[in-house]
Amino acid sequence: MIGDWLDIGPTDQIAPGNARTLPVRGGEEIAIFHTLDNRFYALVNKCPHKQGPLSQGIVHANVVTCPLHNWNISLKTGEALGDDKGCVPTIPLRVDAGRIYLLRDAVVGHRKPVAKAA
Amino acid sequence: MNAPMNFENPRQEATRERLVVIGNGMAGCRAVEEILARDPDRYSIAIFGAEPRVNYNRIMLSPVLAGEKAFADIVINPDEWYAENGIDLISGDPVERIDRTTQTVIARSGRVEPYDRLLIATGSDPFIIPVPGANLPGVVTFRDLDDVDKMLAAAEKGGNAVVIGGGLLGLEAAHGLNLRGMAVTVIHLMPTLMERQLDEAAGYLLKSELERRGQAILTGADTAEIVEQDGHVAGVRLKDGREIPADIVVMAVGIRPATALARTAGLEVERGIVVDDHMVTSDPAIMAVGECVQHQGTCYGLVAPLWDMCRALADHATGAPSGYQGSVTSTKLKVSGIDLFSAGDFSGGDGAEDIVMRDAARGVYKRVIVKDDRLVGAVLYGDTADGSWYFDLLRKGEDVSAIRDALIFGQAFALTASGEGALADPNAAVAALSDDAEVCGCNGVSKGAVVTTIREGACSLDAVRSQCKASASCGSCTGLVESLLRLTLGDDIQSGPKTLCKCTSFSHDDVRRLILKKELKAIPQVMQELHWATPDGCSSCRPALNYYLLCAWPGVYEDDQKSRFVNERMHANIQKDGTYSVVPRMWGGLTSPRELRAIADVVEKYDAPMVKVTGGQRLDIFGIRKEDLPAVWADLNAAGMVSGHAYGKSLRTVKTCVGSEWCRFGTQDSTGLGVKIEQMTWGSWMPHKFKIAVSGCPRNCAEATIKDFGVVCVDSGYELHVGGNGGIKVRATDLLCKVATEDEAMEVCAAFIQLYREQAHYLERTAPWIERVGLDHVKAGLFDDPEAVARLAARFRHSQQFMQDDPWTRRAQGEDAELHQHLAEVRPLVLETVQ
Repeated sequence: MIGDWLDIGPTDQIAPGNARTLPVRGGEEIAIFHTLDNRFYALVNKCPHKQGPLSQGIVHANVVTCPLHNWNISLKTGEALGDDKGCVPTIPLRVDAGRIYLLRDAVVGHRKPVAKAA
Repeated sequence: MNAPMNFENPRQEATRERLVVIGNGMAGCRAVEEILARDPDRYSIAIFGAEPRVNYNRIMLSPVLAGEKAFADIVINPDEWYAENGIDLISGDPVERIDRTTQTVIARSGRVEPYDRLLIATGSDPFIIPVPGANLPGVVTFRDLDDVDKMLAAAEKGGNAVVIGGGLLGLEAAHGLNLRGMAVTVIHLMPTLMERQLDEAAGYLLKSELERRGQAILTGADTAEIVEQDGHVAGVRLKDGREIPADIVVMAVGIRPATALARTAGLEVERGIVVDDHMVTSDPAIMAVGECVQHQGTCYGLVAPLWDMCRALADHATGAPSGYQGSVTSTKLKVSGIDLFSAGDFSGGDGAEDIVMRDAARGVYKRVIVKDDRLVGAVLYGDTADGSWYFDLLRKGEDVSAIRDALIFGQAFALTASGEGALADPNAAVAALSDDAEVCGCNGVSKGAVVTTIREGACSLDAVRSQCKASASCGSCTGLVESLLRLTLGDDIQSGPKTLCKCTSFSHDDVRRLILKKELKAIPQVMQELHWATPDGCSSCRPALNYYLLCAWPGVYEDDQKSRFVNERMHANIQKDGTYSVVPRMWGGLTSPRELRAIADVVEKYDAPMVKVTGGQRLDIFGIRKEDLPAVWADLNAAGMVSGHAYGKSLRTVKTCVGSEWCRFGTQDSTGLGVKIEQMTWGSWMPHKFKIAVSGCPRNCAEATIKDFGVVCVDSGYELHVGGNGGIKVRATDLLCKVATEDEAMEVCAAFIQLYREQAHYLERTAPWIERVGLDHVKAGLFDDPEAVARLAARFRHSQQFMQDDPWTRRAQGEDAELHQHLAEVRPLVLETVQ
């Protein structure tokens, strides 16, 4: 498991209803959300609309409302809800023994195009 | 004599395989029972137990602690059971080593026991948080009968108990100690009790009930140290500095699979001992079962999965392998008088739909989650009668589409309804009610009376409420009344005043009125009492409720950060690239060399790409990263500047002109008055942003007549104007009144702001508010009663005592640091993966 999953620390570093960010090379960020019913999700920290930082939005149920223009994004699928269209990549995440793990390939894979451009 | 057993099976003693079980707990014994039930003669069995007693039902320790049961009541297998089944029980002599090459186990006494098959059922150990003092006498866990005895001994002396951990086990321990007469405090790291099983709404109800029973519940509380006095525990100190006295501390923060024995023996161990579907470890001769194992990545800490595992194990061990598929678990809290049930997955997500029912009068909260026509999760509080039915639907994965609309009402209703095939139309059940059936219990209104009211012209929910009072009080029958409107009028229903949001049938005004009337003081409480249709609201209602509560209960209600828009949470304005802009307060638009120097230094130090003069007479520093905000604020604080609240639904600026001190036309000291007004009003949270200006003469250089509150000075005094707006829709102010002195101007300003704070809808500026209610209404509220201005102003000043606390200073000192920091500790790790 250690090989495939990246340990990003204990669950209690993110309070319920909040999100925190994980910077990856190239200036990209991954937003990790802790919902009010105690689930964890990870998305690329960019609203599909105007790239707003989703980590700064209000979290309700399993949805985050983008702070820039109030698009509602599903934390589970990354898709825009309602009439809005768009999708932000999700990062597979698991919680084990009080720690949060992200799928290493997804973190690295996500960063690759950015690294090339840099 | 005892001989007959050998006579009956003379040859088997030699041919039987030797099964050694490590662990005399629930899993080990249940596995043996299951094996005996299938093939009683297959094995000769020995069980090692660490505790010096027979097997008992560990999950019933809570009732023993609470005094509801005695130890004898919870014994599962007495001595006779071991004898009758020819089992060697070796209790009080724990196994210390497994030798896989010789297939023997070695106990502490030196006893060596050979095995053909070995079963590890060592269960789990309580997790001890590694804080100073964790090993002091008086710190206990809650795992076995010895722990219970220690707690009972402490309870006999009375005094204070602290339970660390507000999960299932911790709350049961707290309940027991409370019943035994101790003053109990529960310390829980997370904001929600039992957060693994409950959502915020149910967790809140549970907390309220436990508090009502006299327990102190501290959520979001992190233990720093266990305090010692005279070699014994004396208290618990929290990281925020609070100290709670304690004669006994119960550590109930969680459990860990007990894997040491397996690990030393070289078996594959991750978090638990890794087993396959037949509960076999990486050594085919060794099986494992219970809380010590890890099956397909999951470790279980509840009893139901043990039974499933034991069945699979016994099937395998007796030659008819079936395979364990993992377990769906459900939870009930064993605290008498509290009904709580949780099962499955309430994470929702795409295609998952929440169905919520709340009955405030009965203290009931029910939430079921349906996805792809299947029930996937349930949380019940206050009425758990249908818990097992939901759990059954959930485990079987049955299609619930036929009963979906009635699902939340429970088994009896749903099945009857679907049996009659009536539920294609959810209104059908309402249509079937007799005319004298009571619809509104609060006001005693029958179905017939409601229908008559509707036929007589009440075409909206609001009209029904005002004319016959149905659903006008607690609102729990709102759904019924709406159904009656639909049934009676078809499409002719008029929608009433806009509801606060889609989560509720109440309007802004109703919510505000009921918050005061019912003395609601927390967001989950409002949602429960007013029957919110969602478990935790949405991005519209959460900020609104947070403001309404803040306004209603100054100094009492604790601001909920996670219900605030980003700018108010970060105390800066988010920009399109995700950076922030920072605006320090400049009182009345005045500044000084020291302030300007500090701002210039910040711009250079943090490489701010732009600094701009705002329309509100201050300076806006752009392009600050969220990580740098606290440091920027510290630098600005050092020069005496505080937050300008340019980001808030709050007082923004007081714009002034230079006034009589310099201007040849000035009639009064407009600058001085502006500064005084800003000092009185800064920091106040409002329904929306609020701008003030003071002009020194009717030339009105400060543009006071397009502000929310504008003062225009004249020779004889001060004209006070309200409801102006320079935004999308320009609106000039209305003249409210004219006063003679600065003090009167300040008093009316405070009163007007408070009236707006108490009456406007959230996100309604003064201009649309006045358009909606009329200037006369505002004037009447302020001036009809000669005492009104003084009363409103007094309430405003009372509230300001709690609001005028610079948020930047607290953040600069380290408060809520995590809001500004990345998950920094992992950054090197992530970078490493590319190098």
